Amino acid sequence: MMTRKELDLWVGIFAVAGIGAMLFLSLKVANLLTSFSSADMYQINAKFENIGGLKVRAPVKSAGVVVGRVGDIRFDNSSFEAVVGLNIDSRFKFPKDSSAKILTSGLLGEQYIGITAGGDSVDLKAGDTLKLTQSAVVLENLIGQLLYNKASEGGDNKK
Amino acid sequence: MTARLLELTRALGARIVNNWIWRLGFACRFLWLTLKGSGSSFARFHLTLREIYFAGVLSLVIILVSGLFVGMVLGLQGYDTLVRYGSSEALGVLVSLSLVRELGPVVAGLLFASRAGSAITAEIGLMKATEQLSAMEMMAVDPIARVVAPRFWGGVISMPLLAALFSAMGVFGGYLVGVRLIGVDEGSFWSQMQAAVDFRQDILNGFIKSFVFGVAVTWIAVFEGYDAPPTAEGVSGATTRTVVTSSLAILALDFVLTALMFRGL
Repeated sequence: MMTRKELDLWVGIFAVAGIGAMLFLSLKVANLLTSFSSADMYQINAKFENIGGLKVRAPVKSAGVVVGRVGDIRFDNSSFEAVVGLNIDSRFKFPKDSSAKILTSGLLGEQYIGITAGGDSVDLKAGDTLKLTQSAVVLENLIGQLLYNKASEGGDNKK
Repeated sequence: MTARLLELTRALGARIVNNWIWRLGFACRFLWLTLKGSGSSFARFHLTLREIYFAGVLSLVIILVSGLFVGMVLGLQGYDTLVRYGSSEALGVLVSLSLVRELGPVVAGLLFASRAGSAITAEIGLMKATEQLSAMEMMAVDPIARVVAPRFWGGVISMPLLAALFSAMGVFGGYLVGVRLIGVDEGSFWSQMQAAVDFRQDILNGFIKSFVFGVAVTWIAVFEGYDAPPTAEGVSGATTRTVVTSSLAILALDFVLTALMFRGL
């Protein structure tokens, strides 16, 4: 039988190792510190005709750098458009006439929102809505367009 | 014919009532008594520390080694599949998400049930068979507060730590195989993992899972031990039931928890 001191030591080592593993998972695997906390963010809205496969928590990037995350996605029943709430880190300010696009990382990758800064001298405030938006590229529409173009080319050749 | 069918149905009903519902009710009352008697296991914390040693520290080796190997196998198999789609950089995402969400809590729970749960049942069952529990009662010592509650809390505290160690070790194993052995780019291995794993959605939910499994396994283990018939045969049967029941409970609870946690995705 081991002494009380030895037992305490082993349990202490176990607890330290376990908490260390949790810290490793939170900091190194989930990158908790550098991901944004909701405290220092402001929300702006953007209306899209079609958001494709955009999901809540998708990244919001500007010039390829993550500046925020998609907070929520609603449907506006009066204009029949999707309203996407963007949580932007308050360290980053964008001009009022900035535009938002839904982009895809890679051919089949996940979708994210890209913000292109405008030239206005007034910055966006919380609750503002982006005027200029570009919807997601839906692959089916693109293929349909391609087929349509091909078909009309084929028709021209026959003449 | 009809009489025989009725008899069969009645026998089935009796089995369900006696073996399942009655025992479940008994187990719930037992859990309530354990919780009520847990004051002393925190006031005299060295009792619980001793059980953390037996349930947690002694399970460390099996947990760490299996975590490492599970992670390494995930690395190999995941790379084999991902490389066909030209996305071998996503290996870190695959390894870390499958470990943190599912494999960490579930496999650590199964190992914990067979390594520590069976030992708890056997110990309490033998204490009962050799009438140590009755002796305590004779001395006005509550065996639930003195024997059962520290073991319960020792298991409940150990299990999340073990699951976290399992996941961390698995991620390390995946890193060893993916980056060191196969040669996936180290930067994208970690950065894709960090972009895909969310603290609340993945790490915290995995932690909740491991906590629930810890409660379920230790609850079943202490109950089966306390409820064991006081014979050699009875203790061995109870130990087997602990492993079987808690393994099934882990898998069933995992489905329920996953359905609750990740339905919104």
